[in-house]
Amino acid sequence: MRIALFLTCFNDTMFPDTGRAVVRVLERLGHTVDFPREQTCCGQMHFNTGYRPEAVPLVERFTRTFAAYDAVVTPSASCAGMIRDSHPVLARDHGSAALQEGVAGLAPRVHEFTEFLTDVLGVTDVGARFPYRVAYHPTCHSLRGLRLGDRPLDLLRAVEGIDLVGLPAADACCGFGGTFAVKNAGTSGAMLADKAQGVLDSGAEVLCAADNSCLMHIGGGLSRRDSAVRTLHLAEILAHGEGVPR
Amino acid sequence: MNGPTDRGVVWLGSPSFPEAARSALEDGRLRANLKRATSTIRGKRQAVADELDDWEALRDAAAAIKRRTARHLDRYLVRLEESVTAAGGTVHWATDAADANRVVTELVRATGEREVVKIKSMATQEIGLNEHLARAGITAYETDLAELIVQLGDDRPSHILVPAIHRNRTEIRDLFAAEMGRWGRPAPEGLTDDPADLAEAARRHLRQKFLAAKVAVSGANFAVADTGTVVVVESEGNGRMCLTLPQTLITVMGIEKVVPTFGDLEVFLQLLPRSSTGERMNPYTSAWTGTTDGDGPRAFHLVLLDNGRTDTLADTVGRQALACIRCSACLNVCPVFERTGGHAYGSVYPGPIGAVLTPQLVGVENAASLPFASTLCGACYDACPVKIDIPEVLAHLRAEAVEARRAAQRLPTAEAAAMRAAAAVLDSPRLFGAVQRAAGAAGRAVARRGRIGRLPGPLRGWSAARDTPAPPAESFRRWWRENRENGGHGQSGQSGQSGESGESGESGENTNERKEGER
Repeated sequence: MRIALFLTCFNDTMFPDTGRAVVRVLERLGHTVDFPREQTCCGQMHFNTGYRPEAVPLVERFTRTFAAYDAVVTPSASCAGMIRDSHPVLARDHGSAALQEGVAGLAPRVHEFTEFLTDVLGVTDVGARFPYRVAYHPTCHSLRGLRLGDRPLDLLRAVEGIDLVGLPAADACCGFGGTFAVKNAGTSGAMLADKAQGVLDSGAEVLCAADNSCLMHIGGGLSRRDSAVRTLHLAEILAHGEGVPR
Repeated sequence: MNGPTDRGVVWLGSPSFPEAARSALEDGRLRANLKRATSTIRGKRQAVADELDDWEALRDAAAAIKRRTARHLDRYLVRLEESVTAAGGTVHWATDAADANRVVTELVRATGEREVVKIKSMATQEIGLNEHLARAGITAYETDLAELIVQLGDDRPSHILVPAIHRNRTEIRDLFAAEMGRWGRPAPEGLTDDPADLAEAARRHLRQKFLAAKVAVSGANFAVADTGTVVVVESEGNGRMCLTLPQTLITVMGIEKVVPTFGDLEVFLQLLPRSSTGERMNPYTSAWTGTTDGDGPRAFHLVLLDNGRTDTLADTVGRQALACIRCSACLNVCPVFERTGGHAYGSVYPGPIGAVLTPQLVGVENAASLPFASTLCGACYDACPVKIDIPEVLAHLRAEAVEARRAAQRLPTAEAAAMRAAAAVLDSPRLFGAVQRAAGAAGRAVARRGRIGRLPGPLRGWSAARDTPAPPAESFRRWWRENRENGGHGQSGQSGQSGESGESGESGENTNERKEGER
């Protein structure tokens, strides 16, 4: 199976550790991962802000870059959702027939990281060890977009030494919403305040999720409150430890 | 296309959503009222939806009925007109708010009455009927408790189901004590803020109105094309009073409220109360077919209101918003609505459904900030009993708002210029790499302990509530090139936030070296 990592432009720039973590976990499970350097961005920011024509070249680039791979794995639920649900819309309304075909062929081969582990590789125990108190925040794109359900939690439960704690009002949106956090900064901040309080109330040392964008927003709020709670992408927790899958 | 002033729907002069939300966000009491009210009703709705095994099948059925009705709306409306007329009612067609107001005012005038009682109705809120009647010298009395509270306070509704959701008990008590006397029977001396006490004061005040009224105005939850039956669903019984005691009944109904057959009600009457009030069944469901001698109103008029609905129907993505049965479940689960309240939306239709309905009814250029008043979190879609994919419509309308602005302005906005520049950079791995390096250097230059506190320009709002991590020294693509492509045996290494040893208590070595087949 030819596996490509689609890291996303945001993670590539801000959270390279998440990329290394994905590679590490997949290699630990015996797979070879490629990072085609022509990749950049899925176009989600443009699409969700209403700039559809501007997003089309990014869809074309994505489709071209990953066409030859059997599986494309991305550690971002929101970008996975963009590719699966919105690339077809952009191709239909603004693209060529060839692009439509390319998008339709590629979309089913694009997997969010936890989905890929559980559904494609059939693995829940990746041999990680992480002896800390952890809360999991189900991001909106994980929960209601991709409908990941319990997959991320199943992976976390299999981590040796982990102390998983519940997050109050876990399924409530954290208020990030991409450009929403800039356009409606006040409302976004009010939602963030409640989410950050929930994290503090949970007693977790680490908050993890399947989207670094939401984590950057929540982590930024926690940092502003001088909290010692760290935010960490779920992949980075799964990459921890000796790497002997049981 | 008519201007928004002919259609009502929006409160003219309202500021854009972010600006209008500001006062609500700063109002601690309002936020507490909203949080309490919405979380209570959220819990109830969830419980009564969960107890039905066929909830999802019901939602699918409702969506299918609404889709089919919308596709053949012309046929069903003509059929409805025939049925209502055959049953002794009169049907009037109104293209917009001004038209509907004129029709209703003339009908009231023809009775010689100067007062009407009203059943809670979104359609009459939408067209601003009360205000229009007042200008014609006719007083409209709201008989729904929450609408009464809004009316007494000379206020605006902030919720589809509970228009006074932004008020708490104490505020209502004060309002009743101060204002009831000006509208009719005053509140009793020593009124407390006990809900039963408040309800009793409202009952006595309203009873007088019911017994005296000769004309009633209502909306409609459903109208059955085949039979001509109109249905109003309510909790308080004020509707039943208004539908039975007066001699003349005038119903204003959005054209999308028609359902093909009486049997279709079976689906909606299960979904609506559970989604709306969290009840298995609402206390009062009133259905009437035209007029009946010796029973109820002797004259029945049905005003079919378009007011932008046909324009909405023309949009194959946006038209699903017309399936809305006004249950308000989407408002109650919306994390944005919970913080901002309904007034911030500047429209009689607040919350998620308002954000997709209002721009379509009045034209997206007249409500351009509303499609952006959402994080696209999707809670509304999961709660919607007729499965309106609100996030899909929001994203669609955002594109329309951007296109409308493009068409109206010769020069691109700063945002448009930034978006275009970002697209150009992101379509070039080489440029993207250069920008990564520049942004990283700039970020690290201003960061303190790996954190950036204040950001300039449009990002000021973001940095008001959040620190931003400084970009790490090396992007992933650079690391990959150095360690993987140039024959390096780089480790994918141990995680750990840059510049922080943090929690990483271990240093498990990655011994997985690249095997053959490396690019």
